[in-house]
Amino acid sequence: MGDRTGGASNTGVTGTLLSSDTSEAETTALAPFGRALVRAAERNPRILGLTADLGRYTDMHVFAERFPERFIQVGMAEQNLLGVAAGLARTGFIPFAATYCVFATRRAYDFFAIGAALARANVKVVAGLPGLTTGYGGTHQGIEDLALMRALPNVVVIDPCDATELEQTVAIIADYNGPVYLRLLRGQVPVVLDSASYRFELGKAKLLREGSDVALISTGLMTARALEAATRLAKSGIKAAVLHVSTLKPFDSQAVLSLLENVRNVVTVENHIITGGLGSAVAEVVAEVGLRIRLKRIGITDCFCASGSIPYLVKRYRLDPESIAAAARTVLGAAEGN
Amino acid sequence: MKEVFMGRAENCLAAPVIRSLKARAKQLRRHVLRMAERVGQGYVGQGLGIADLLAVLYFHEMRYDATRLDWPDRDRFVLSIGHYSIGLYAALAEAAILPIEELDTYGADGSRLEMCGSETTPGFEINGGSLGQGLPQAVGMALGVRLDGRPARIFCLLSDGELQEGATWEAALAASHYRLDNLFAFIDCNNQQADGPTEKVMSIEPVEDKWAAFGWQVQRIDGNDIASILAALEQALAAQDKPHAMVLDTLMGKGVPLFEQRAKSHFIRVDAAEWELARKQLEESNKEMDKNG
Ligand SMILES: Cc1ncc(C[n+]2csc(CCOP(=O)(O)OP(=O)(O)O)c2C)c(N)n1
Ligand SMILES: [Mg+2]
Repeated sequence: MGDRTGGASNTGVTGTLLSSDTSEAETTALAPFGRALVRAAERNPRILGLTADLGRYTDMHVFAERFPERFIQVGMAEQNLLGVAAGLARTGFIPFAATYCVFATRRAYDFFAIGAALARANVKVVAGLPGLTTGYGGTHQGIEDLALMRALPNVVVIDPCDATELEQTVAIIADYNGPVYLRLLRGQVPVVLDSASYRFELGKAKLLREGSDVALISTGLMTARALEAATRLAKSGIKAAVLHVSTLKPFDSQAVLSLLENVRNVVTVENHIITGGLGSAVAEVVAEVGLRIRLKRIGITDCFCASGSIPYLVKRYRLDPESIAAAARTVLGAAEGN
Repeated sequence: MKEVFMGRAENCLAAPVIRSLKARAKQLRRHVLRMAERVGQGYVGQGLGIADLLAVLYFHEMRYDATRLDWPDRDRFVLSIGHYSIGLYAALAEAAILPIEELDTYGADGSRLEMCGSETTPGFEINGGSLGQGLPQAVGMALGVRLDGRPARIFCLLSDGELQEGATWEAALAASHYRLDNLFAFIDCNNQQADGPTEKVMSIEPVEDKWAAFGWQVQRIDGNDIASILAALEQALAAQDKPHAMVLDTLMGKGVPLFEQRAKSHFIRVDAAEWELARKQLEESNKEMDKNG
């Protein structure tokens, strides 16, 4: 595993997609989720790893190799995966269940809603191929999973930025008692955040960059692109702040409001449809306190996306740094016109 | 080339029928290699393994009009396993539903021929790929055409991995409850799935007993033997009042020893240098099959 495929040798072609898109990253880490889960499991014997025929494709195989007796393969059966996980949680175990976003939400939603959310069971869902990290089209791209999971009471929803944050998140949710939905980055995962200085905290957004002209509020792997957009904007004299919101639920309203108190031009940036995810969460919070802002949401607009290579899709659906920077300029232009 | 397939030859087990279908299967395998070589990887094993079934269905059994894909009385081929699209593209090109040259766009940005097939491609009846959804939709189609009094039949291709999805069995129950004898389910038992051999991941045997217990007419055959597929279809067509399950034992990579012998795997990568050998082996094994057949 960990071989980067569908890369340079094969541009323009749908790849094997064993790795998360590393186009913007210089450094990467291999299978950060699998390795972090192994470390957590070495400390805590109650942790188990489960999958529905996607161990090789979710980095759960790293755990399975280290702890074969604590690994449960349920076959390709996602409803059963989350049902079994709920049962294990009721017997005092801490199951980490790995599949893809689409199957965890669309196929097995009811099983998670009732077995884990309603029951407040200690089930961790680890969901691969978030948004446009796969070229397999509408059946495989998890573009509305955050909206679905945000809508469930009792559930913690996390979309980590990179390998550093993913590793830290695994350690923290292993100790947190309750249902969690964690978006996964697999294979060779970009390292964007400095592991020496960055500290993931459940439910806390992090201001990664200060700026007084425009606020880029981002989640998941889009934060790397938001940071890149901020660098580009700086070249034309625009000061962009970047607030990284990895926990979408519970939502850190305080961090958002204190930033927007001073910066009223806002772009939200997510690897997800723009309804029901981060953009919506920001709009809800801001509208409720009656703050006047100019907002543009970057993400997938109301459509299922095509098949193809990741760079092609990222450009086509305007999830690239340049599109973020352009949105910021548009928002600022509107501000000047006021 | 315009071809309209309106049904089957009278004496379907006659040597010339078998010979011509073997030639079709050969051609499908050539198409599969052509597509896979361009992307250097993928579901080659599945495409090669299922070529014999597709040859029989598309060039013998199914009634369809390549120039009128929405003909309401057509037989419908329902590809539940979207990742097998490479095999279906080969059949659709051979059936003149897709231009042969378009095969060279397999998996390319902006192409209609996706690695995980969907209705983007003409000739696809459903969006497969979210596995376990094919049989329920096939049951709906079988009910629908029957309600409309149409002679159309539904041919659904599932995988052994899909037998682990609950929805497959919910649909199986409904099909026998409604006595859908216009429904044919082909289960490709290649003993492989994403995490390894099916028997290790989550065992599904005895497969034929399960379908029988759900009220289906069942046969288990060598899915890479055209004469066996033809004979089994004959039997299925003669059996009324029950949906038909055909459990196919197939070999992933069939026809190319390089791929047959390789650690069998759900998704393979092939070095650029290996393709020539693969093509050569396919031609050789074709000759071998000719001799034996
Ligand atoms: C509902 C669902 N779960 C998981 C997957 C991911 N997946 C794609 S193919 C596959 C293996 C399924 O088994 P099978 O079709 O028998 O595989 P093959 O014979 O092609 O190796 C899996 C788990 C999927 N596409 N759909
Ligand atoms: Mg299989």
